[in-house]
Amino acid sequence: MLDLLLRRLLVGIPTLLVIITVAFFMIRLAPGGPFDKERAVTPEVERNLLKAYDLDQPLLTQYGRYLTGVLQGDFGPSYKYHDFTVGELLRAGFPASVKLGSLALLLAIVIGVSLGAMGALYQNTGRDYAVMTLAMTGITIPTFVMAPLLTLIFGIYLAWLPVAGWGEGGWRHLLLPVVALALPQIAYIARLTRGSMIEVLNANYIRTARAKGLAERIVIGRHALKGALLPVVSYLGPTTANLVTGSVVIETIFGIPGIGRYFVQSALNRDYTMVMGTVVVYAVLILLLNLLVDLLYNLLDPKVQQR
Amino acid sequence: MPPLLAVQGLGIRFATPDGEVVAADQVDLTLAAGESLGIVGESGSGKTQLVLAMLGLLAKNGRATGSVRFQGEEILNLPAAALNRVRGVKIAMIFQDPMTSLNPYLKIRRQMTEVLVAHRGLDEPAARARCIALLEQVGIPDAARRIELYPHEFSGGMRQRVMIAIALLCQPDLLIADEPTTALDVTVQAQILDLLARLRAELGMALLLITHDLGVIAGACERVAVMYGGRIVEEAPIDALFAAPAHPYSRGLLGSMPRLDLAQPGELAAIPGQPPNLQALPAGCVYRPRCTFAFERCRSERPDLRAMLPDRRKACHLEHLP
Repeated sequence: MLDLLLRRLLVGIPTLLVIITVAFFMIRLAPGGPFDKERAVTPEVERNLLKAYDLDQPLLTQYGRYLTGVLQGDFGPSYKYHDFTVGELLRAGFPASVKLGSLALLLAIVIGVSLGAMGALYQNTGRDYAVMTLAMTGITIPTFVMAPLLTLIFGIYLAWLPVAGWGEGGWRHLLLPVVALALPQIAYIARLTRGSMIEVLNANYIRTARAKGLAERIVIGRHALKGALLPVVSYLGPTTANLVTGSVVIETIFGIPGIGRYFVQSALNRDYTMVMGTVVVYAVLILLLNLLVDLLYNLLDPKVQQR
Repeated sequence: MPPLLAVQGLGIRFATPDGEVVAADQVDLTLAAGESLGIVGESGSGKTQLVLAMLGLLAKNGRATGSVRFQGEEILNLPAAALNRVRGVKIAMIFQDPMTSLNPYLKIRRQMTEVLVAHRGLDEPAARARCIALLEQVGIPDAARRIELYPHEFSGGMRQRVMIAIALLCQPDLLIADEPTTALDVTVQAQILDLLARLRAELGMALLLITHDLGVIAGACERVAVMYGGRIVEEAPIDALFAAPAHPYSRGLLGSMPRLDLAQPGELAAIPGQPPNLQALPAGCVYRPRCTFAFERCRSERPDLRAMLPDRRKACHLEHLP
């Protein structure tokens, strides 16, 4: 187990390096720069600005300097928010993003698995069809449509919940964004759980469990659930990635002070260092969560444990 | 005193998109305590569904009708909670494929102790000790260590031994073994059959053995019932059946079996034709299309299973096979 952890951490390093490199050069390929404004600054001022941020250096030199900085934990200054370093901005936005993302993940797993299992246990009945309809809706309606719809219904018509904002991060402010973010993942996980659960329920070892005279709750909870959850666990990697990208949209729509908002804004502003900062944070997050998923998979499937 | 197991008029039907499938029809069987009965038949003859129906294990689209009495009590179509006082306790079952019949995600220990926890109210340490003892009894060496392993760490024969140990945990009165050796190597087959015979003698339990192999039944059972197309066509003491099969199908089965015990083995004879289509069974005798002795009455009238001798029954219009 420890061996696997170390190995996977080591493999993560070159992956991260590749991501940083690709992101670094891609954002530079985009036309325009951080100091192009509608009102042009004088060439003299622009030269000074570029010099101050090392942007007058050859690209490879800039890349080298950036990499050295990142290795020391320095993401550089933001080109847009002049008084802040990227690190400060990320640190400020990180808690809100993590709260939003982890709650959405939790919701997606708990609700998704429960709905999927219910669909499988009551296969081809009203409950099953209700679950599958909900899942289909969740998958087909994109977040940027679902979020304003939820706001419209619960924030404006019913006026139960705030339309946007973060407040102190209390549940009233959290509810809509978390649900909107989790909904597509709930749908995927429910479908996945239902499918694998139906397969497992037909397995010979479930028949054995019943022949042993075990209570149905043990047959399902102990014998069926573990096997049925394996595909869900392996899907958790993509789920976390989807939640991260989804949070970019959700944070923008609900005005949540997380790092997702910065990701969009800074890309539009050509705030090179800020874009890179968010990319690195997201990349590390996804790599770590995928590692976590692999470890979890290892715990669940004894055949994988062997190696 | 009622027999241990009395099956009367058992019918099993499956609703499928292509119509109703009759897996078993009018099946009558009795089994005394401690007795061993083999049910033989080819694939699709309904022998497996028969025992699954007894334990309430039919697939969701299956319906069973008739009566199955165990120790005098009706157990057919009982709700699961009531059935769970019988299955795993008084009637235990082992399955054809030990590779897929054990849960791959749970340790052997968990799959064994849960039975004792559920039915005998033992705590985990006590149950574990009992399980280790039983594993040793079915011939698994180093049981104290291996009980903590997962099924994939066992060979096929060892897994079937584990299945047998699980089945015997509550000292059942009846053990149902559905093709217990079919998925195993020939040498391992013999070991498992020997084990079953030894355990039956030690524990005094009745055995219901399902197989397509008459040879397996010959070694393990006192009586045999031959199934064809969802019906029992002949029932006899095993020696009597081998000596003089009374039903044309039984004779066909014996004739297609390689024998080492005959002085001049002769050629193996195949039964002509195909097994019946269970969605469109012929009127009259189900075996008639393949029967070399069929006559007019076989076409119109279905032969009932009737007693020939006190211990022999057959479902055939012929008084004697030519």
